[in-house]
Amino acid sequence: MKTLKTEYLIIGNSAAGVACIEGIRKVDKTGSIAVISDENIFNYSRPLISYFLAGKVKKRAMPFRDKKFYSRNNVKLVLGNTAEKLDTKKRIAYLSHGEKVVFNKLLIATGGSPIIPEIKGSRLDGVFAFTKFGDAVAIKDYIKKHYIKHAVVIGGGLIGLKAVEALIELGIKVSIVELADRILSTTFDTKASGIIQDALRKAGCNIFTKNTVAEILSKGEDKKVTSVTLKTRKQVPADLVITAIGVSPNIQLVKNTSISINRGILVDEAMQTNVKDIYAAGDVCEKNIPIWPNAFKQGRIAGENMASGNAEYTGSIAMNSVELCGIPTISIGKTSLEQDKYEILEMRKKEESIYKKIVLENNHIVGCIFVGDIERAGIYTGLIINRVDISNIKDKLLEEDFGVLALPEKYRKHLVGDVGLEV
Amino acid sequence: MKRIRIDEKYCMGCRLCEVHCIVQHSKTKNILKTYMGEYPKPAPRILVEEKGYITFALQCRHCEDAPCLDACMTGAMYRDKETGAVLCNEDKCVGCWMCIMVCPFGVISRSSDKKIASKCDLCMGEDIPVCVKNCPNEALKYEDSKD
Amino acid sequence: MAKRPTPTEFIVERDKDKCIACQVCVRMCSNDVHIYDADTNTVTSDNSRCVGCHFCETLCPTDAITIKKNESCFKPNANWSASVISDITKQAETGGVILTGMGCDKPYTIYWDHILLNASQVTNPSIDPLREPMELRRYIGRKPDKIELNYNKGKVELKTKLEKQLKLEVPIMFSAMSYGSISLNTCISLAKASHELGIFYNTGEGGLHKSLYKYGKNTIIQIASGRFGVHPEYLKTGAAIEIKIGQGAKPGIGGHLPGEKVSKEVSEARMIPEGTDAISPAPHHDIYSIEDLRQLIYALKEATDYEKPVGVKIAAVHNVVPIASGIARAGADYIAIDGMRGGTGAAPKVIRDNVGIPIEFAIAAVDARLREEGIRTNVSLIAAGGFRSSGDVIKAIALGADAVYIATSALIALGCSQCQKCYTGKCNWGIATQDPYLTKRLNPEIGVQRLKNLIKAWSLEIKDMLGGMGINSIDSLCGNRTHLRGIGLSDRELKILGIKSAGEPQ
Repeated sequence: MKTLKTEYLIIGNSAAGVACIEGIRKVDKTGSIAVISDENIFNYSRPLISYFLAGKVKKRAMPFRDKKFYSRNNVKLVLGNTAEKLDTKKRIAYLSHGEKVVFNKLLIATGGSPIIPEIKGSRLDGVFAFTKFGDAVAIKDYIKKHYIKHAVVIGGGLIGLKAVEALIELGIKVSIVELADRILSTTFDTKASGIIQDALRKAGCNIFTKNTVAEILSKGEDKKVTSVTLKTRKQVPADLVITAIGVSPNIQLVKNTSISINRGILVDEAMQTNVKDIYAAGDVCEKNIPIWPNAFKQGRIAGENMASGNAEYTGSIAMNSVELCGIPTISIGKTSLEQDKYEILEMRKKEESIYKKIVLENNHIVGCIFVGDIERAGIYTGLIINRVDISNIKDKLLEEDFGVLALPEKYRKHLVGDVGLEV
Repeated sequence: MKRIRIDEKYCMGCRLCEVHCIVQHSKTKNILKTYMGEYPKPAPRILVEEKGYITFALQCRHCEDAPCLDACMTGAMYRDKETGAVLCNEDKCVGCWMCIMVCPFGVISRSSDKKIASKCDLCMGEDIPVCVKNCPNEALKYEDSKD
Repeated sequence: MAKRPTPTEFIVERDKDKCIACQVCVRMCSNDVHIYDADTNTVTSDNSRCVGCHFCETLCPTDAITIKKNESCFKPNANWSASVISDITKQAETGGVILTGMGCDKPYTIYWDHILLNASQVTNPSIDPLREPMELRRYIGRKPDKIELNYNKGKVELKTKLEKQLKLEVPIMFSAMSYGSISLNTCISLAKASHELGIFYNTGEGGLHKSLYKYGKNTIIQIASGRFGVHPEYLKTGAAIEIKIGQGAKPGIGGHLPGEKVSKEVSEARMIPEGTDAISPAPHHDIYSIEDLRQLIYALKEATDYEKPVGVKIAAVHNVVPIASGIARAGADYIAIDGMRGGTGAAPKVIRDNVGIPIEFAIAAVDARLREEGIRTNVSLIAAGGFRSSGDVIKAIALGADAVYIATSALIALGCSQCQKCYTGKCNWGIATQDPYLTKRLNPEIGVQRLKNLIKAWSLEIKDMLGGMGINSIDSLCGNRTHLRGIGLSDRELKILGIKSAGEPQ
């Protein structure tokens, strides 16, 4: 049995894993690092798979760090291999190809796995998940091989809609099936969802809300999907089905170890698990908001701490940016709360599909939605993250020319380092 | 590491910085040709904010701890090894606007012609950025940061 | 009758092929000359509002704008000129006094342009200032009639106690301009430049803004008829004290800073309520004689422990000679004489253009009389009012001035284009305004550099001219009129100036 000894072991090679390398190298320039990935591509950006599917991004543009990144950082990259077992006491990870890796510090960044709906027909040909590059390649091949006219996307969340957008781009007629009363129900409020629904319908989509797929069907003995039956008994033609009803933390590896888990792995502010020197970051963590910047930040913080740095993860807010049907959208924080304790500021320009909403709680911004016009949205993100009291600028928040100038002077100073604004 | 320092005390709000930024990032780099012949002409990567008599020109601060670098899912946003500037590789950018979402200064915008992020590149290749060079009142300065 | 429109003085010529509608001119003009039309994406101009300050022309990135004089206003008439017609029209409409800014612009003889300098040839060698030391340093203040020396073991010591002097590295100072009439950034530029040049600037009757105290060693503080901003700390901070009796642009009348210009900061510096008019009376109500003046001079000396020179500034008027003699005898350490071309932030046009005499006559006549009376060394003479170049400066010194005050040329160095609209408070260059949107336009860092450049350039030229005359110290030129010759002047004028005609040998 081959044995590999390493100071740092990182399981997972997406945002958190790569950021962890950068975090470690910020503090420790020499300690050996090994990265295990169950995929065969040396690195790629998961969110790009919809762009790949639509043909907007070529395979070679998928990586978010170049090939030399690993050699430059002196990282041993083990591809196409899965960590199957973990001995937290001896600090050994056993890989699927039979090797074992002895490590000193470990990051588990195994991400999330798509939840496949337990319905009849979900194993048919032409039914795909949509989280990994492999999924996109498989869908692309399937589309190439078969004449696809109709597709059904199960789940009207962000992943589903990005798939929808790619399929529209490929000239396929798409039907969206969403359990909630509207698409994007977790990130948007009714108005914002409405704008996007209208745009999708205009682009030729069917949207079925408050509905689910009861069964995925094929013709006779053929394994190829041909249609789906909705809960409402409606038959929808489908040569392709993409399931996008969510992901769950990929905790197979740590089950039956001393590492505390719930739905995901439990970590402290340093991103360390209850077992010393074993860290976790990204979508595999409990209560993590599964978005790229969070995974990246957590990975980097874990890396720094693994290399005996002193970084702290102070939590994160839900944030999403996506352009759908040519309409850019951003949602940050709490967006669809209607209770009395929240104050809502709104702006709507119907003819331009522009909608902005700010949710306030005790004179602090807790959430925003921007549809159609996302310029300067980050300023609001800053105000949320830094818990800035906005009582004095409330009336300016939705003004056309809102900007840094309108911010409380103290916060403006806080924003500025030594070379910056003189305020 | 050189950065642009903004001195709001002396910013007149003339917006010549915006004009020259547009020209610098145009196809011809000629002011008349840019304005008379390019459709759409590039959007300025510097933005003059104005309220009453307070005005200042704001462009990417090239933060030391840049949130856009963490947020960029394509790796398009990168830090230039030599200058320390935060730059956007336009070939990699797909226009997901994550950077716009996280930039606390709001200085990244959507490009006027392509679906890519547009931001200050410190006029790479020029000795000093054109906004600094053309500021008539030296309200913008190109200086070494203290660290 | 039909109301006659205000005649348009300037035409804004816009090259349509070059205008890119960037609207820099629209944003920058405080007179709202330029108008942007979003429908057509074009910029047009309202010529009638243009004051000819050239700010837009300076900033236009494509050089699309040229400001031209409007030639076609009225039929040419030497007597009834366009400006005369315009003034009468305005007065017929308003019934008011015509106000103006800066110095007299009437074509009175500029005597500097009728005085020529000498140079050495053969018999007395000229000096090359690049190779040999050249002294421009001047001391302002009362000089002793004679000096006594102590010889102590081969060492020579000065026994006579010298009066306090102002040490000038160059015989040029910035004359009085008050904070209020000019912006704080202009004051800072003048103060800081003085500090770096080793010369002095003058507060005018504006008091001292808190940010200016640090330049006290290079500040002449002024006390005028309104006594604005005078308090013990003010007196102690300045390097010298100047009692202002008169101003060349408006001899015999006081000053009036309208309440709109009295911002919070201005009110603090002047020690008057915010927004109130600051009215300086025409006379000092406690000075009706030389004796009264002497009392104030000595009161101020007493208040400052005889540590600071006290000077008196007067306008050059017909009786300047005996007045100056009286001031010298009243105990002043210097007399500043402001000629009729001196500037102002605001003055009735009729006074500016018709009262007083040119500085050339005043300085020559006063210098001559003080010599005659044997009191010339008791007092220093500072000439002011319209100095345009190092040539004017060196001629004034040869006529008898110890140093000169410049203000208009300093403002021109800072951008002023002599549009004469200081009194409107809309100065596009950020000089004669308190509007915070406009004052920002003068960045003191740039201002200081430009002022320093100007004084440096004039110093180099003065050294060149001195060297040419075979003189290596400005001291040796002071009152040395044999180096001057008049050209195109009457005998009477030559006599008053105390110089020979061009062509007359020594």
